[in-house]
Amino acid sequence: MQKDNFVLEMKGISKQYAGNRVLKNVSLQLKPGEIHAVLGENGAGKSTLMNILFGMSVIHSTGGYEGEILIDGQPIEVKSPYDAMNLGIGMVHQEFMLIPGFTITENIKVNREITKHNVVSRLFGSALKSLDMDAMNKDARKALDTVGMNIDEWVKVAGLPVGYMQFVEIAREIDKSNVKVLVFDEPTAVLTESEASTLLNAMKAIAESGIAILFITHRLDEVMTAADNITVLRDGELVRTLKKQDTNTFQLAELMVGREIQKLDRGEVNISNSDVALSVRGLRVLMPGEEVRKVDLDVYQGEILGIGGLGGQGKIGIANGIMGLYPAIGEVVIKGAKLALSDTRAAYHAGLAFVSEDRRGVGLLLDSSIELNIAFTAMQMKDKFLKKFGLFSQVDSSAIRQHALKMIKGLDIRCTGPTQLTRRLSGGNQQKVCIARALAIDPTILFVSEPTRGIDVGAKKLVMETLVKLNKELGMTIIMTSSELAELRSVCDRIVIICHGQVEGILSPDDSDVDYGLMMSGDYHKFRGKGAAQHA
Amino acid sequence: MLDRIRLLLKELGLPRTIIVSFLAVLVILAAIYDIPLPALMSDLLVRVGMNGIFVLAMLPAIVSGIGPNFGLPLGILGGLVGALLAIEWNLTGLTAIIVAILTGLPLAVLIGMAYGWLLNKVKGSEMMVSTYVGFSFVSLMNIGWTLLPFTSAAMRWPIGRGLRVTISLEDRYDQVLNKIFSINIGGFTIPTGLILVFLVLCLLVWLFMRSKTGIAMKAVGDSRQFAVASGLSVDTNRILGTVLSTALGAIGIVVFSQSFGFLQLYEAPMFMGFAAVASILIGGATVRKASISNVIIGAILLQGLLVIALPVANKIITVGGVAEIARIIVSNGIILYALAQVGGGD
Repeated sequence: MQKDNFVLEMKGISKQYAGNRVLKNVSLQLKPGEIHAVLGENGAGKSTLMNILFGMSVIHSTGGYEGEILIDGQPIEVKSPYDAMNLGIGMVHQEFMLIPGFTITENIKVNREITKHNVVSRLFGSALKSLDMDAMNKDARKALDTVGMNIDEWVKVAGLPVGYMQFVEIAREIDKSNVKVLVFDEPTAVLTESEASTLLNAMKAIAESGIAILFITHRLDEVMTAADNITVLRDGELVRTLKKQDTNTFQLAELMVGREIQKLDRGEVNISNSDVALSVRGLRVLMPGEEVRKVDLDVYQGEILGIGGLGGQGKIGIANGIMGLYPAIGEVVIKGAKLALSDTRAAYHAGLAFVSEDRRGVGLLLDSSIELNIAFTAMQMKDKFLKKFGLFSQVDSSAIRQHALKMIKGLDIRCTGPTQLTRRLSGGNQQKVCIARALAIDPTILFVSEPTRGIDVGAKKLVMETLVKLNKELGMTIIMTSSELAELRSVCDRIVIICHGQVEGILSPDDSDVDYGLMMSGDYHKFRGKGAAQHA
Repeated sequence: MLDRIRLLLKELGLPRTIIVSFLAVLVILAAIYDIPLPALMSDLLVRVGMNGIFVLAMLPAIVSGIGPNFGLPLGILGGLVGALLAIEWNLTGLTAIIVAILTGLPLAVLIGMAYGWLLNKVKGSEMMVSTYVGFSFVSLMNIGWTLLPFTSAAMRWPIGRGLRVTISLEDRYDQVLNKIFSINIGGFTIPTGLILVFLVLCLLVWLFMRSKTGIAMKAVGDSRQFAVASGLSVDTNRILGTVLSTALGAIGIVVFSQSFGFLQLYEAPMFMGFAAVASILIGGATVRKASISNVIIGAILLQGLLVIALPVANKIITVGGVAEIARIIVSNGIILYALAQVGGGD
């Protein structure tokens, strides 16, 4: 009986990319006028779920999906975004898809223009009909009023503040007369706080008009303000679907990040009376998409420090900024000496080394041999592996070979030999080559970003064990940035959570899932007050 | 056996397979038409030695990531100025060649630095830009040749202003390098000196590519991001590659001219870059990857095609200009093929 009421049902949706399951049997149901939040970390499967709903080509070109999608109780097959549009599914994109040189009205009505006949079109056919600007402006006005935006509809989109663009985007979607389900993909990511609350109000207004809303987000407070029902995803699995009345922010935080953690044995670690190895004050890094706004941080000698946080919050930017790969300002002090920023050479000479998150782009020379990859940075920065003839130098092939063989054995790099091209290695082995390259410069502090991204489970464990071994045996200070909290919690002494380009707080690996969840979504201080964050 | 042939063919690639088979057909035809092979072979060696340095000039450019240097005329013009100065100072023999190179080089280095700076501003469209920079510079120097204050009667028009289109080197250093240690066996002459100069330059470039700087340059060409993350300056290394390429172009034209017997000014350098690009690509290089073996194989294949095709074509079709047409079709065809491969997946 009740079943008939659902405007959208997704049943038992599963999806795998090249054997890697990213969605496992996820179901959700949506009634008209309902705001349904889909909550999860990066990589929880939110985007994949939406891509399936929209029939994005990335889904079909990788083998399609399993499960069933019903609209108004009718099973449907969405083969392309065009199908989705015809079926009444609208999407408010994270990146704005607007034409800057057009007015707001024109953007809202693009390809759905209202036209009227004129002399020429009566003679030569309807393709030459003229636009009925009055009717179009009226429609646009109505849509803009619904989202609570009092800007004139004839203004050009170019130059509008980002917040306004978001609303134009929404107005365009609700202006489509057949729209039944509207998806908001992290709509508040680029908005200021007041714009965000206007947006949430607009969402409620839209929902009241009978349109069902799917609200993709990782912000807990917004979920609690706007949503009627909440589905929590984690690692591609549906954790739970809850009514808002039945839950609270803490429970959601816990559900979002909670998972079993297997600690790697690190033996006795005591950093409480260590010296500060690296001190960061007021660091600002202009890394597009991972901007660091103001980070203050102390890293102790011999510890493994984790840097966690959601994607786009700036955690990746810290290591990249200190290593000089992106423009940075602020003060970084290593053992009392100030480090010149935006100068990679200086960073290497100060004893830093970096394993990049972009393994194939930044981390490797894909068409060069394993041995050259390992030796390269040490050769360029520290003049190792070279035979000097006055001003002229030649590579010392035998030294490179010996070193490579040692590293291949020491890090257990699976390959056909030191001359194999790194392109042909598996992800895990490529990562080990990157680590070997960083080790060749004998760093005292090692930055490792996303060390296990895109590598299989067995290799993940090996990489983590390698890091622990380096820390234990060589006393190397390791700063590990990762999107996978469980991974950080399995090896780190302390974990810094970055939110909005700043340090949200520092947690110990044993702290509760609730604390982690709150910090990741930037709500920690709202609920736990300041001061409480100081663990270390 | 069949597998081994298949593997060999795969290693050679389609264009090289076609060219090698075509070359083989030409050699057979030459034998059938009673064209003396020893003479052809000596001719081939001379042309490889003459053009090889231009082909070698492509290597640093490709390896440092700016792609094949279509702007090779820039270096050639620098070398020409050096060669003209040697005549102006009334030098002859090996001294003239050495002075020509030594005065042409600093000029080429300066031009290369400016040219490299320009190419750093247009990352991603170097090939297009370098082609037109080459053309423009040739045209600019057309004005230069008429205005530069050279006084030697050997170079000036008898009446009016400016330098001649072709300047004979007959009494100066015609064939000087070719004749050093040259060996003559029957009709077959080995221009030992010329070939040695080419091979020594190849060796020097090979050694350079194995130095710290050479490896850094190669890394910049392979992956800019990687190079930056290893603390290298992408722009500096690209300028270095451009300068090396331009400098080799300058040496190349002096060696070329002494073998050819004439200095050619005005429009002559315009398309010299294209033949060199075609050679290294025939030799198996791509616009991103190249090695010394690509240089040597490429020089031999392209020049072989031209040297042998000419007499054979003249025997078959007695219309003039066939060999020149074949050269244009082959060299532009191979450039087109290589450019079509760009971005064709990793």
